[in-house]
Amino acid sequence: MDIAINDAERARTMPLEDFDVSDVSLYQREALHPYFERLRKEAPVHYCKASLYGPYWSITKFHDIVAIDTNHKQFSSDHTNGSFVLDDTTLNAVEGGISMPNFLGMDQPVHDVHRMAVSPIVAPANLLRFENLIRSRTKDLFDSLPIGETFNWVDQVSIPLTTMMLATLLDFPFADRAKLTRWSDVVTTRPGYGLVDTWEQRTAELMECLGYFQNLWDERQKLPPKADLISMLAHSPAMQGMTPTDFLGMLVLLIVGGNDTTRSSMSGSAMAAHLFPDEFAKAKADPSLLASIVPEVIRWQTPISHMRRTAIEDVEFRGQQIKKGDKVVMWYLSGNRDEEVIDRPQDFIVDRPRARHHLSFGFGIHRCLGNRLAELQIKVLWEEMLKRYSRIEVVGEPLRVPSNLIHGYVEMQVRLHA
Amino acid sequence: MPKIIYITSTGTEHAVDADSGSSAMQTAVQHRIPGIDGDCGGVAACGTCHVWVDQNWLDKIGPARPGIEQEMLALTDGATPFSRLACQIELDDSHDGLVLRMPTDQH
Ligand code: HEM
Repeated sequence: MDIAINDAERARTMPLEDFDVSDVSLYQREALHPYFERLRKEAPVHYCKASLYGPYWSITKFHDIVAIDTNHKQFSSDHTNGSFVLDDTTLNAVEGGISMPNFLGMDQPVHDVHRMAVSPIVAPANLLRFENLIRSRTKDLFDSLPIGETFNWVDQVSIPLTTMMLATLLDFPFADRAKLTRWSDVVTTRPGYGLVDTWEQRTAELMECLGYFQNLWDERQKLPPKADLISMLAHSPAMQGMTPTDFLGMLVLLIVGGNDTTRSSMSGSAMAAHLFPDEFAKAKADPSLLASIVPEVIRWQTPISHMRRTAIEDVEFRGQQIKKGDKVVMWYLSGNRDEEVIDRPQDFIVDRPRARHHLSFGFGIHRCLGNRLAELQIKVLWEEMLKRYSRIEVVGEPLRVPSNLIHGYVEMQVRLHA
Repeated sequence: MPKIIYITSTGTEHAVDADSGSSAMQTAVQHRIPGIDGDCGGVAACGTCHVWVDQNWLDKIGPARPGIEQEMLALTDGATPFSRLACQIELDDSHDGLVLRMPTDQH
């Protein structure tokens, strides 16, 4: 990591044709924003000719992203046309990757059938049931945290809380829940970023995941239906023909979709509290601000940096000729900093008007299924934080996830002030 | 200024004066009526302004339109042939007295 590079200067002077905002090192040092700012101003629909993932288009302005996200007739998510993430190896059987199709990577009509099979998990009645559980877990966890000592917030807060939630959604054996965290991380990585050494190792771990869940499926299919995701799948008439590959794909969506993202929002919450202590104090004085704090922190963090589509025909978009087969990347991270739509976008503002108007959950038919559940977890986290602490201090530089997809932290040392 | 009546899932009525030209979503958000979020800002892309329209009114304003409005409603809990996304209902004086019922929760 070369933090000596002056990114602001580089972003200003580098020829636009040399821009590659998918470069993972930019995410490791959180240096994206000056590059995105220049793209939004000078090349909002930008073509990168060569990258680790081949050529791709970058869409960086808020309204352009909404236009692509809602135009699923021309911009496909389907795994048969490409992928919904820039890196094809994450979900498709190319290079060393394996095929893990799921409904975020499916167009209509199959998308709708699969989505409806699992959507009851986040129905209002279930959310109500989850709230008490989330509250008691969050309280217990905070009660055990030291005041005035330095500890890793990611390991002590974000991972335990989100992993417990995921274990509940899947009714996964609680003692084994660390496996979920591991599988979640393994899905979105490639060899060489510190998590797995080879493609074979990645495949082997994902197969272990599949095997584990196949046992749970067999068990649940023999029992009466109940309100967990595995039981829902095992009893859904629409899902009976699922192959092991389809099953793994669905699992991966539910595990990564519900885990890394909420984890990043929780870590981002500590960072926002640290960087904007006056806003934290304002929130502490007026808890009614939670209605805007929750969406604001999810916007400010933007846990998923991008989603990608594939053009299935030639399209002229904002004066650019996008060709059939081209990869089109919607940079939510950039759209959520679009100064034409969001006032003072770099700042975390607890009483931001219209805070819900952000891109972090996407829009259109693939809009995040778990958004209410994620918001519920973040709401409870903030309620308990505001009750207990006057300040959350981040100590030193955090370590960030080496990824252009998962925008989060591996390690963040914090100190809590009573 | 048409008067619009929003009824929450628990039966509470909110009657408000709307500006002609604004949508039934904008009007609700402006008047802080609980139960309508309008996260996407009015382009039928989030499904958080789902309302049910009474039969007599549906005949006047028409059912959900083909394309993104119908597609989003197809994924919405509790959607029926009486469902619309409020952001797609543009209001004018002919809507005076329009009754819109809201679900327990917007997703
Ligand atoms: C702050 C937390 C979260 C963020 C930022 C987030 C973000 C996203 C994004 C960006 C998409 C794709 C939207 C698009 O392509 O237009 C998505 C889809 C999805 N998310 Fe989330 N998510 C979060 C939490 C969750 C949780 C807790 C769950 C599970 C309970 C979940 C399950 C899903 C599923 C199943 C999809 C696929 C929806 C579809 O294709 O129809 N997410 N999420």
